[in-house]
Amino acid sequence: MSSTHASTAQPSYLVDTGARQGLMAWLTSTDHKRVGLLYLYSMVSFFFVGAIIGLVMRLVQLTTFEKLITAQTYNALFTLHGVIMIFLFVIPGLPAVFGNFFLPILIGAKDVAFPRLNLASWYFYMAGAILAVLALFTGGGAPDTGWTFYAPFSLKTGTNVSLAVFAAFILGFSSMLTGINFITTIHRMRAPGMSWFRMPLMVWAIYSTAWIQLLATPIVAITLVLVILERFFGIGIFDPAKGGDPLLYQHLFWIYSHPAVYIMILPAMGAISEIIPTFAKRTIFGYKAIAFSSMSIAGVGSLVWAHHMFTSGMSNLAQLVFSLLTMIVAVPSAIKVFNWVSTLYKGSIDFQPPLFFALSFIFLFCIGGLTGVMQGALAINVHIHDTYFIVGHFHYVMFGGTGFAFFAALLYWFPKMFGKMYSKKAIYASWYPMFIGFNMLYFGMLILGMMGMPRRYYVHLPQYHTLHVVATVGSWLLVLGLLMFFGALLYAIFKGEKAEDNPWGGVTLEWTIPSPPPLENFEEIPIVTRGPYHFEPQAKS
Amino acid sequence: MSEHAEHAVDHTQEHPGYGLFIKVWIALLILTGCLVGVSHLGQTAAVWGLLTLTPLKAGLVFYYFMHLKYEGPLFKIVVLVTLGTLLIFFALLFSDVAFR
Repeated sequence: MSSTHASTAQPSYLVDTGARQGLMAWLTSTDHKRVGLLYLYSMVSFFFVGAIIGLVMRLVQLTTFEKLITAQTYNALFTLHGVIMIFLFVIPGLPAVFGNFFLPILIGAKDVAFPRLNLASWYFYMAGAILAVLALFTGGGAPDTGWTFYAPFSLKTGTNVSLAVFAAFILGFSSMLTGINFITTIHRMRAPGMSWFRMPLMVWAIYSTAWIQLLATPIVAITLVLVILERFFGIGIFDPAKGGDPLLYQHLFWIYSHPAVYIMILPAMGAISEIIPTFAKRTIFGYKAIAFSSMSIAGVGSLVWAHHMFTSGMSNLAQLVFSLLTMIVAVPSAIKVFNWVSTLYKGSIDFQPPLFFALSFIFLFCIGGLTGVMQGALAINVHIHDTYFIVGHFHYVMFGGTGFAFFAALLYWFPKMFGKMYSKKAIYASWYPMFIGFNMLYFGMLILGMMGMPRRYYVHLPQYHTLHVVATVGSWLLVLGLLMFFGALLYAIFKGEKAEDNPWGGVTLEWTIPSPPPLENFEEIPIVTRGPYHFEPQAKS
Repeated sequence: MSEHAEHAVDHTQEHPGYGLFIKVWIALLILTGCLVGVSHLGQTAAVWGLLTLTPLKAGLVFYYFMHLKYEGPLFKIVVLVTLGTLLIFFALLFSDVAFR
């Protein structure tokens, strides 16, 4: 891809700590790779807290544990599970970790455009996270509104909604600042010769995501401020008695929060677009189609928000318009899936753990995507709205999609990030309980939803019990798989074998530098002379 | 560095002086007065007043106070794209509110 060569002249970023040592070397580092790892450690920690809460919520559905918590605590737990998983894990997700770590390397730069702002974004993230945790134990206790904070309930409940939405407001700043940083980096810091269509597809995905972060996040930030103003001063913007409109809250919330789904999934798709050609040993099928589909998902995906509101009482015309737009957004997503599968066709497939998880992503995302198209149809939506079907669909997209892509990306770039190789057998072993447990849990939910089981209910009727048991056992398997997966990676960080500079035979720029990378990535800024997925033809044996 | 310096010189040369800013400020005050007046003519007039006069006020602030007038075409296009996005959001919102 370029004229650069691996160099070991500089020490790795893990060794070269600058003037400060120990914890301070991490907390004050503006190196994009260290900031990426700060996000990784904090996000994985929050992920496990969210997973444990999810596990407790599943346990309550078993007869043995039905008195484990009260109904009010259950309401607080599903709110907390949503807030943690969405605002602290999947939204920052891949851009915060792999975007920070790899974006500059993938475009041949030494760092992001604004390194200090980058570190500040992490501090905003942590401040938001701490405030969200504080909201549990202060004021009227943990919010019980669900992660959507719908008016009018969020305006009237005595729980600590104000602090929780303020936490989300602060988290929004982290997202916006990261978006600005990435857009500027991609525009201004690409290596010589790296034209727009020589950028790796992960960069295109991060670029599309950054625009959504920048354009949509301010809307939810203002909406959340309005909730606080409404709670403290009763300004009436969501109150019909004062000329306001409670549906306006839903509109404003989803104008951000639906595109936020694409903030979550687009970088995941970018990572998959890196993994597939590397392990198929051939150029990606339809590079420009994938690049433009990222941009069109970002664009059209910003115009479909009210499909979350089909049963809210909004106008029939709006229902038709948003249903149509929802169907349209499926097209660029399908283009991506088609192109990934076409890339594998007649490729020299090297079956390794990252590909294993990437293929799992495609399978699970297809189920999530297709169940999403089902909900885009008005008649079906009315039947399944606010049921477990929605919960199942959402987890197929967010966990089966973003989650599995996150794991695939972690497996793909782990040797580069830490300079260590994990046990492939241990990773394969973790996949089985994870994948089987995942499908027991969330496919069970899809069926429960079709049968009429409402979401966010503390108890259930006897006809739903068998599937609840299946889903709960699935959650145990899933958590077991997660523990095995992260256990294997943690073991590799401390005791793993040294990784090669290019263990997978990748051809993008990160594989041209040492593992782990030196502090400034490249000894000399590379000159890019061709596209990102140029594999040399191999002689027939 | 020299490019920055040239830019700085250009901006100084194009600076319109305080007279224009005071005129714009007076125009903004008049428009605010109009908005207050229109709000007494009933809800429909108030809404239409808001929808027309407020963007006009914002446009004056963008154009003169935020120096959009003196920027290159790229910045103007970016602002137009943002406003276009906002208009699309408005149109989609009205597909609900106006036909409910």
